[in-house]
Amino acid sequence: MIGELLTPAGLVAVVPLLAAIALGFVRSQAIGAWINIAAAAVAFGLACALPWHLGAAPLLLVDRLATHLAILTSFVGLTSAWFSRRYIQIEADAGRMLPLGVRQYHVLFQAFLGFMLLALLSNNLGVTWVAMEAATIAAVLVVGLPRTDQAVEASWKMFVLCGVGIALALFGTIVLYLAALPAMGSGWAAMSWSELAPKAAGFKAPLLNLAFVFLLVGYGTKAALAPLHAWMPDAHAEGPTPVSAVLSGSILNVALAVLLRVRGLMAGNAEALSPGLPMMGLGLLSLLLAAFSLWPRRDVKRFFAFSSVEQSGIAAFAFGIGGPAAMFAGMLHLTLHTLTKAAIFHCVGRASQMKGGQKFLHITGLIGSHRALGLTLAAGMVAVSGLPPFGLFSSEFLIVLATIRQVPWLAIPLGLGLVVSAWALMRRLITLCLGAPTSSPGPAPEVLDLLPAWLHLALVLVLGLAMPGFVLSWFRALAGGL
Amino acid sequence: MGGHLAFGTFSYDAAHLLGGGVLVLSFVLLYQRRLTAVINTYALQAVVLSAAAAWQAWVQDAPHLYLTAGITLAAKGIAIPLGMHRIVRQLQVNRSLESALGIFPSMAIGVGLVTLSILVVLPVTPQAQTLTREELALALSVVLMGLLMMITRRTAMTQVLGFMSLENGLILAAVSVAGMPLVVELSVAVLVLLAFAVFGVFFFRIRDRFDSLHLDNLDRVGGMHR
Repeated sequence: MIGELLTPAGLVAVVPLLAAIALGFVRSQAIGAWINIAAAAVAFGLACALPWHLGAAPLLLVDRLATHLAILTSFVGLTSAWFSRRYIQIEADAGRMLPLGVRQYHVLFQAFLGFMLLALLSNNLGVTWVAMEAATIAAVLVVGLPRTDQAVEASWKMFVLCGVGIALALFGTIVLYLAALPAMGSGWAAMSWSELAPKAAGFKAPLLNLAFVFLLVGYGTKAALAPLHAWMPDAHAEGPTPVSAVLSGSILNVALAVLLRVRGLMAGNAEALSPGLPMMGLGLLSLLLAAFSLWPRRDVKRFFAFSSVEQSGIAAFAFGIGGPAAMFAGMLHLTLHTLTKAAIFHCVGRASQMKGGQKFLHITGLIGSHRALGLTLAAGMVAVSGLPPFGLFSSEFLIVLATIRQVPWLAIPLGLGLVVSAWALMRRLITLCLGAPTSSPGPAPEVLDLLPAWLHLALVLVLGLAMPGFVLSWFRALAGGL
Repeated sequence: MGGHLAFGTFSYDAAHLLGGGVLVLSFVLLYQRRLTAVINTYALQAVVLSAAAAWQAWVQDAPHLYLTAGITLAAKGIAIPLGMHRIVRQLQVNRSLESALGIFPSMAIGVGLVTLSILVVLPVTPQAQTLTREELALALSVVLMGLLMMITRRTAMTQVLGFMSLENGLILAAVSVAGMPLVVELSVAVLVLLAFAVFGVFFFRIRDRFDSLHLDNLDRVGGMHR
């Protein structure tokens, strides 16, 4: 079983974890930053090879869902590692991060990335849970790194909420094992995703329902679904920005991937509760709550954190509707949101460094003070509001279509949430990017710093306007297999 | 295993007694007034839990559960409580604790939660082994009581203790389900989380920064309109 860790799939998770250990011994900030980038690049390269290594082993499950999200997560990990090289250097030069803090940051960044990839690729419920827990601890520590009162408060809040969340998820895991016992017999197989899926029809339905409730609440906390989303705005506002970029997309995706697998088990059992309604309910609640919470925000990063809650809600809603069309739209939405939001956080991070603050008060007229940065941020905000020509327009359009076809009366609250949040984003787009620029005491970003954001937005544009044939068939196969 | 576990046999009664003991100590945790007393009660709960795990190891003939029992006893029964006493001495936070609810309402809610978990678990497990289903109800009660403690006790230390008591419920569930793999690994992972929680209180020096371990002080830097 240990040998599996040396296959391409295993190495995707092992390389960042080994890099995390190695980075603990690197004193030089510059070398540490490059090792950080190199390890993320190796993980991304290995993840790109996974579509040719599909298959299930006792420890690792390389199916389309895991492969897709592993590629996405490691890509965002790579671009954010690139971005964080300059970002952290500026923070360190300004004295906001001590040399030891920078070293800890690199260790935790890789550990966080590695454990998320392990959670995605694991074939065992227990290992998934442990990896999720470890990723949470790494994230909590990295959010607290700036050592300000607010950062400490944010990381404590995140720890308490996410700790309770994953504790409930463990209870759900135990009950799921108990539900699977009659069909699977006791032992390793009854905790293996790939073994469970084909035999879901034989599970005890009442226990499966109980497990689903706990897993939905537990992993839903990590997916920032309301009402347990409260850790997310604080963590984003106070933690280092590159981490917000990874946190915003990837940890939500990992949690939603686990929920999708559980949803598959529920759908495979005729007597079990239909998983659609609870997922739609939580998704819609998150969407509406976040849409209205966007309005009174004064902190830019907190604002975009609520936007992530909203987008996670939309994806969960789409997965709740079910059926190939909604699944396709949901996966597309998840993918595009991850790319867009990472680009936005890259821009916001550099903008707040340049302007010396992260309140809306500090940042206005960005196009006037730095044309490229302002236009990139504007493009990102247009994209995340779901306006054409970006890909999120297509995915939200497909989700609305699927809603009208399958649960027409829910199209009204869905539409309301989408419009209210897009309106809030547009209002803020105007104050952030247009108007008279405020002074810019901090260092301005260069072309190389904005490169990741442009790459992300270009991908979002291409996937929305003209999706290449092989990507389309990949998404179709992915949605069909869920 | 099966043969030992019929209703009314000694092994069945003993397992029940130990599981019930863990739950009773959850109630005790709810009404303790002093922090040191809460820590001692938690340590006692961990010791009873460790005995329950060891008993399950014997009944199920599953030697790896002895390992879980040993880890629980050494870490949660001895090491973590000693560490917490040390923190209490160093930060000098041992004073009388108030509860957001009075003793009677929190006990009443506790009884309600136990009823709830019995009502939830027993009907959905008609064919499961009698032992497993009742232990699961006990475990769910302990989990919910831990959550209740986290809500009613508003200081960081007691929240951590509530969280740890919640985790005791999880371990009780895991050891009671016959033949579950990875129990030892999971209990180690849970332990890492607990150690991190205790370490967190100390590491973040919540007292230094906020004058006390009271979470209302944390809210000072929070607020709605940020």
